[in-house]
Amino acid sequence: MTAQGIQAQGIQTNAERSALATIKRGLALTPEFRKGLAGTLALAVVATAGKIIVPIAVQQTIDTGLKGGSPDIPYITRAVLVCAAAVVLTALAAYIMNVRLYKATESSLATLRVRGFRHVHDLSVLTQNSERRGALVSRVTNDIDQISNFMQWGGLMIIVAFGQLFVATVLMFVYSWQLTLLVWACFVPLIIALPRFQRLLSRAYTVVRERTGDMLAAVSESVVGAAVIRAYASERRTAERIDKAVNANRSAQVRAQTIVGFVFPLTEIVAALAIAGIVLLGVRLGLSGEITQGELVAFLFLVTLFVSPLQTATEVLNEAQNAVAGWRRILGVIDTPPDVADPGDDGVELPRGPISVSFDDVHFSYPGGTPVLREITLEIPPRSRVAVVGETGSGKTTFAKLLTRLMDPVSGRVTVDGHDLRDVRFSSLRERIVMVPQDGFLFDGTLEENIRYGKPSATTEEIGLAMTELGLADWLEGLPAALDTPVGQRGESLSAGERQLVALARAYLADPDLLLLDEATSAVDPATEVRIARALEGVTRGRTAISIAHRLSTAENADEVLVFDAGRLVQRGPHAELVTQEGVYADLHASWVSAAHS
Amino acid sequence: MATKVTSAVMRQGLRVLGVAVRTEKAVFTLAVLASAVYGGMTVASAWALGWATQYVVQPAFAQGDVASGAMWTGTFLILGAALLKAFGVAGRRILAGVIQYRMQARSRRDVTKQYLRLPLSWHHQHPTGQLLSNASADAEAAWAPLAPLPMAVGVIVMLVTAAVAMLFTDLVLALVGFLIFPAIAVLNLIYQRKLSPLATRAQQLRAEVSEIAHESFDGALVVKTLGREELETDRFRRRAHELRDANIAVGRVRGLFDPLLEALPTIGVLAVLAVGAMRLSGGSIDSGDLVQVAYLFTLLAFPIRALGWVLAELPRSVVGWQRVQAVLDATGSMEYGRASAGSTTPAALEVSGVSYAYGEAEVLHDVTFDVPAGRTVALVGPTGSGKSTLVQLLVRLVDPDAGQVLLDGVDLRELAYGGIAESVALVPQQTFLFDDSVRGNIALGLDAADEDVWAALRLAQAEGFVARLADGLDTRVGERGASLSGGQRQRLALARAVVRRPRLLILDDATSSVDPQVEAKILYGLRDAAEASTVVVVAYRMATIALADEVVYLDHGRIVDRGTHDELLLRCAGYRNLVTAYEREEAERAAMELPVEEEGVSA
Ligand SMILES: Nc1ncnc2c1ncn2[C@@H]1O[C@H](COP(=O)(O)OP(=O)(O)OP(=O)(O)O)[C@@H](O)[C@H]1O
Ligand SMILES: Nc1ncnc2c1ncn2[C@@H]1O[C@H](COP(=O)(O)OP(=O)(O)OP(=O)(O)O)[C@@H](O)[C@H]1O
Ligand SMILES: [Mg+2]
Ligand SMILES: [Mg+2]
Repeated sequence: MTAQGIQAQGIQTNAERSALATIKRGLALTPEFRKGLAGTLALAVVATAGKIIVPIAVQQTIDTGLKGGSPDIPYITRAVLVCAAAVVLTALAAYIMNVRLYKATESSLATLRVRGFRHVHDLSVLTQNSERRGALVSRVTNDIDQISNFMQWGGLMIIVAFGQLFVATVLMFVYSWQLTLLVWACFVPLIIALPRFQRLLSRAYTVVRERTGDMLAAVSESVVGAAVIRAYASERRTAERIDKAVNANRSAQVRAQTIVGFVFPLTEIVAALAIAGIVLLGVRLGLSGEITQGELVAFLFLVTLFVSPLQTATEVLNEAQNAVAGWRRILGVIDTPPDVADPGDDGVELPRGPISVSFDDVHFSYPGGTPVLREITLEIPPRSRVAVVGETGSGKTTFAKLLTRLMDPVSGRVTVDGHDLRDVRFSSLRERIVMVPQDGFLFDGTLEENIRYGKPSATTEEIGLAMTELGLADWLEGLPAALDTPVGQRGESLSAGERQLVALARAYLADPDLLLLDEATSAVDPATEVRIARALEGVTRGRTAISIAHRLSTAENADEVLVFDAGRLVQRGPHAELVTQEGVYADLHASWVSAAHS
Repeated sequence: MATKVTSAVMRQGLRVLGVAVRTEKAVFTLAVLASAVYGGMTVASAWALGWATQYVVQPAFAQGDVASGAMWTGTFLILGAALLKAFGVAGRRILAGVIQYRMQARSRRDVTKQYLRLPLSWHHQHPTGQLLSNASADAEAAWAPLAPLPMAVGVIVMLVTAAVAMLFTDLVLALVGFLIFPAIAVLNLIYQRKLSPLATRAQQLRAEVSEIAHESFDGALVVKTLGREELETDRFRRRAHELRDANIAVGRVRGLFDPLLEALPTIGVLAVLAVGAMRLSGGSIDSGDLVQVAYLFTLLAFPIRALGWVLAELPRSVVGWQRVQAVLDATGSMEYGRASAGSTTPAALEVSGVSYAYGEAEVLHDVTFDVPAGRTVALVGPTGSGKSTLVQLLVRLVDPDAGQVLLDGVDLRELAYGGIAESVALVPQQTFLFDDSVRGNIALGLDAADEDVWAALRLAQAEGFVARLADGLDTRVGERGASLSGGQRQRLALARAVVRRPRLLILDDATSSVDPQVEAKILYGLRDAAEASTVVVVAYRMATIALADEVVYLDHGRIVDRGTHDELLLRCAGYRNLVTAYEREEAERAAMELPVEEEGVSA
């Protein structure tokens, strides 16, 4: 999948969990499903009882009604009417059962869906990145839909099938135990063989799912990479990759279907064997007076009750496979403990006010990777303005992620206002410390909606004010629809610089006590950048501000500069001091000066 | 109104099926044949049972004796019918699967071909989530009714055979059948009409739920950094609950009609028994006939519902098909000419009178400039001035609304497919890496030797960190390059461009995430290596601009001025303001610090 290292913290696959355990766990999570289940099952029994009406009616007609040569018409009419009433009754029971079942399953699946969705957001960024976005989405969409499909159809079938087998067997025993044994003797080998077929199918469907995943990934490449594919004319290559994936998926599906196709009709043959056996043996039994003609004929009808459950069993297994896989995948998400967990109500609430930060011998490496940060020890006093600089890949973003607790250090401690970050309640942490990440993601909506995301309760006036404070009012005026300008998905209808401006405004509106900018203005033109920097300086006075930037203008104005090199903090101090020392910073600054000045 | 809509759905649905039938004629014919065997044999098995009752069971109970000949014939009939039926079932299922999956795969291939063919502007107008579900869920839904279709055809064969068989058995019993079967058909029709709008809605909601999840997970980092998990969950929950209610509404209809459809044949059997008993007393039929007809009804109870399944799948299918078709019908693909751009010398670029609008809003107005072969031109302009838009036109990601872009004097639109990519390489502002290896991301289908890849990496100052990666060139970079730092991603994108030795290299702010030292190295490397190419570079940094022979200053989509850096500094206020921002800032600060210190002293 992705880079080796990340897999270690991936989402649980639950592959080793048995189907039964999976479903059990699933049911444990959904009280909606369990509630009233007993009543639904009772209705199911009534509904399936409807299935044996016909054999009974046939038997009664032949044995009682037709006895003695001339049919007893009034008796037959009565019997038929009683049976018809029973049919209506059982159909009604089936209706009520269906509705109850649909309600229960859909409600429980909706709960599960929302829970899964929420949990994805609770997982750490590393865990989230361990899986393709598309796969993550399908855990709360397609996979649940699979379960829903199954429940709307297969789940019912299973209930009905078991009930049917049961009532049919009971009635058979009443009529003749010998024939019952015969019927079971015919079907038992099939029932024993079913799990074997199921395993075969299960393997085939595992392949199908893998191929489907590959296909989706290939397809999504053609959509998300549209611009690059065009710029490099790699349409053919992409099309070939997609065709290969689509065709592999199709072959896997056909293969699985072929297995089903061969297994499915086996039941017909077994049923025919049973029927032939019933005729042969039944006639003998009839001769010795152990069974009536009506009972014998009723048996023939009862065998059909065996056919459909067993036939649908293979069919249902098909869907059940998908459903269980769906359960596994959604439960996989829910059961993956967030490795960066919210202490919740036990956690500390940070009081409002300027924030101080300290790193105490912090080490970090991405799962399976080499150390990215080593022995980081530093202190950031409240109200200070700190710049973080360093070569690309030196660990600046990683440092920022640790400070905002998107990840936890491998060893060492990060503390804010003296509290270990791990003890601080998320609600408090996210309110007080806000980072503007390197690429400004925007949601599909208007500018206003996106900025308001920083503070959902903000009024339009507040938003306007914030824009003015940031010195962005002019820019806003220049847009065709001002705050109502649609930003497009991922904000792609804005220019890269504009996108960053919105992301910045959004974080600014959130009004945090510590604002962390990770190259938040890297695509903004210098004039605007300087203007924003000024504005921020004015309004963040009294707060802590940390900015990571390759444009060293930020560093020049900072109270303190932290210089990272290959994962270590190599220098720290005010700009004026650092430039005079020989070292990484002086080199960086020299090239910056030559780059920025004419 | 509602009826109208659904009968339209019905017609459309049948048309969709027609498309599949025409495309897969041979397989479909075989599948229907197999299904007909299945249908015929279902009736035959009832007949065999009736025969056995009449000639084996009946005499045994009546006379206390059976002819073993009849017994074996009966057994043979029963088993023979079952065997043929099993054969029919297997054939029908496998072939139906073949058709269904082939059609699905075909739709998927066509849809993605279309994604690759349609211009970028089309992509801009369609959400990613929607496009993904067009190719997956919708293609799936469109052909879903194909699975039960041959069976449904088989069922029709079955019904006809059954009707004929009953006619031969007894006219009155046949009449019962003729009352019940149409009743089932009508019920099926009502079922479909009720279900159709509900199922359509549920399908649409599924797509919407998926779109929300896509976007929300895509923006997971923002959600996290602002602590908006609850807000997102609310957004998702609302839609998920709508979907739940829609599914329950579907369930209500199904829950009602399924038992009804099952009860009808049962009622039929009972009617047969009542009527049959009377006919029996009149001597017009024998008990074998009665058992046969009753058994037939029992056998039909289940398969007859296959008709219902096809009908139930139709609305979903129609929605899926329409969504797929919308993509396939989308027009506005790029046309390519025949001209070749092949040459090894640096390319000359000419932009003349170009305008471009996103929808209504024109963002480039009458832009004209040229880049002589071998020269380097810097494109400078404030945020949102239209630089990236212009750059997209230069590599023909989009076509201008007016004016022309000429490469070596040839309009880009006249170049053959692939011609532009052969000569021009763009490093876009927004880095995009595929979930592939480092090598795959750089070569991107190009047959590049490892040395060339390494050389490109060296030029992009990426050699060092790639060499340190666990698997070197074979290291996978994760989705969108998630396992690399911002600057590392950018440098791979740069290497991707230079490995092609383009005649025209276009850099759109391609070093923004790179520190100045590395940037300087890259730029010097490029200048030395780029002797064979013309360069257009979007940049703010002075060092980059200083490398350019000429600067084009763009503001609000217009070219305000062009000339050398020094010329523009002198005469273009906007330009001066932009590129000297840092210097002025520094100067102002220096000026401000003095009074502050004085204040401190005096206080
Ligand atoms: N998710 C990840 N998995 C594995 N390695 C990673 C991951 N993210 C970053 N790295 C590695 O960690 C190192 C530090 O990355 P980081 O993003 O902190 O650098 P940076 O200083 O922010 O660089 P830049 O200036 O380019 O943004 C890099 O070598 C990078 O390849
Ligand atoms: N897909 C789009 N749909 C609608 N408008 C767009 C789209 N892309 C860009 N724009 C608008 O067109 C204008 C020019 O955008 P462009 O990306 O070309 O600017 P730019 O000069 O590259 O800016 P930056 O320096 O921020 O990258 C902007 O006002 C932007 O809002
Ligand atoms: Mg970074
Ligand atoms: Mg741009």
